[in-house]
Amino acid sequence: MAALETLLSIAFAGLAFGAVLYLVSVGLSITMGLLGIANLAHGAFAAIGGYLAFYFANKAGVPYLLAIACAAILTGAGSFFLERTLYAKVYDAGELEQVLLSIGLVFITTAGLHFAFGPVPTTIQPPSYLLGSIDTGWRTFPTYRVFLIASGFAAFIILWLGIERTDLGAKIRAAVDNRHMAEAIGINTARLFSVVFALGSALAALGGALGTEVISLTPGYGLEHLLYFLIVVSVGGLGSIKGPFFAALLLGVGDAACKILVPEFGSFFILVAVFLLILAMPQGLFGRSQ
Amino acid sequence: MSIRAPAIDALLKRRKLTALEMLPWLLIVFVYFEMPTYLPFGNQIIVMIIFALSLDLVVGYAGVVTLGHAAFFGAGAYIAGLIAVAGWNEPISTLLLAGVGAAALGALTGAVILRATGLGLLMLGMVVGLILTQLANRFSWLTGGFDGLRGVNFDPLLGKFDFDIFGRTAYCYSAVVLLLIWIFARLLINAPFGQSLAGIRENADRMEAIGTPVWRRKLLAFTLSAGIAGLAGGLATESAGFVSLSVLSLELSGAILVMLVLGGVGRIYGAFVGVPLYMIAQDTISKGDPVYWNFWIGAILLLVVLFAKGGVLGIYDVVVRFSSRRAATWGRG
Repeated sequence: MAALETLLSIAFAGLAFGAVLYLVSVGLSITMGLLGIANLAHGAFAAIGGYLAFYFANKAGVPYLLAIACAAILTGAGSFFLERTLYAKVYDAGELEQVLLSIGLVFITTAGLHFAFGPVPTTIQPPSYLLGSIDTGWRTFPTYRVFLIASGFAAFIILWLGIERTDLGAKIRAAVDNRHMAEAIGINTARLFSVVFALGSALAALGGALGTEVISLTPGYGLEHLLYFLIVVSVGGLGSIKGPFFAALLLGVGDAACKILVPEFGSFFILVAVFLLILAMPQGLFGRSQ
Repeated sequence: MSIRAPAIDALLKRRKLTALEMLPWLLIVFVYFEMPTYLPFGNQIIVMIIFALSLDLVVGYAGVVTLGHAAFFGAGAYIAGLIAVAGWNEPISTLLLAGVGAAALGALTGAVILRATGLGLLMLGMVVGLILTQLANRFSWLTGGFDGLRGVNFDPLLGKFDFDIFGRTAYCYSAVVLLLIWIFARLLINAPFGQSLAGIRENADRMEAIGTPVWRRKLLAFTLSAGIAGLAGGLATESAGFVSLSVLSLELSGAILVMLVLGGVGRIYGAFVGVPLYMIAQDTISKGDPVYWNFWIGAILLLVVLFAKGGVLGIYDVVVRFSSRRAATWGRG
């Protein structure tokens, strides 16, 4: 019984963590697949979204879900602006320039958030209807985590349907497959990219705001958790909706397993696993070979 | 009039030393005699120059963008520290072992990391650093974990020069190591090997097509670079007598990349310019509140990327070209 208990708590904590990782990272996977921009500031957008939601919910008294929605929209709009003014300048430059620009934005964000909100880790208090736990009769599950996992799955299904069934999704798939051909048949890939970039950042903000109980907000959020976002994207494979989903859940559960079963090693084993996996499959689990 | 291609002439010309290349060494000597209270800080700068130089081989010449180079600096630092704690205290052999150990780690991890590209490569580089951090933390009976490795002592250098508290010995020792590494790096990048690296950076497919073993060259460059980073780490341990977990950190990997970029990438002297600028600026600006230093790092990066692609040395190039063109027009007029 004790073993089952442990397995359940690993699965539950891991899935909740994975759902947050997915929300934050999926936008990065799509933008990477579309234009190959190494945007290391993606996690910083999640932090900005989280802090904005924190400000609306805790300081301005806006209802929880509305605060998070506002934060996501604002972050998306802000990132749209940044994409047009800054990122557009480094599309044709080398990878080094993209890395430097985006990591520069991470540092500026860190300083800004520290200035505005102080250094103490912050969480957003969920509303009363998300507190407590759901009793299935068999055992109880904390409502907030169930909500997180459900959000992750909902995002996956909506994105998947959006990519497979909508006009915008078809354009994105075409541009990921072959950008020049997509341009040749009249798809405005630059505008498409701006839209996808903004949507991806808004999703990241959503993940950052929803997941504060799992990954608490700190000014250094964008750099501290960057590695995990990058793992999700590279293990999942670039330009995919499905890849990051499974990668995020695997990473979440693996990380929880490591921390519960062998806490003294931290995330050692999961990192070694990532290392070996990329050695065997350099394109990731669902990536297409370029 | 020579029949040789102008490219070859340009290459041979680059091998000749110019007067300007003596400037860093004159400065190092000047600081030793005229600013004796700054020797420990000067030593830190020299160590970081060596580290940045190693990163330049990878980023600037082989064109491999990595955010995990602190892994090799840290490996060298810990190897030197552990050897000393184990009871072998001769500094020069310890330093060599630190370099060799870090190079071995570089070869091993490079064989995996270099298979990936772009974000995957960045990710794997960071993973190496984090794996080492977790190991150092796990085996804290050996490494001291979060508290750092204490009790690291070294015998006098060459049996004569004690590592004194004024940092005189450490400063001279590091300066000599830097000199040797600079000579090595200069020979290396002006040799066909270095040229082939630049070719790989510009167009790997084409280099493969003309018969360059691209993968082996990249791995060799990565290994050499890891070894030099390990030497820098070893020097840091020998002069500080202490190793902390931060030598493996992502922050250090990021900082050294910023220093290199600030000076200028792919020109060995970027390290000599960027590191002192960064460290002196950090020392002055972050005295009040170290947190806002992050803002300045970010601002430096944005400015370099948007307005000064070649860093400070790139600006220098533009100024020189501009003034020589001005001089030429005046001469004609």
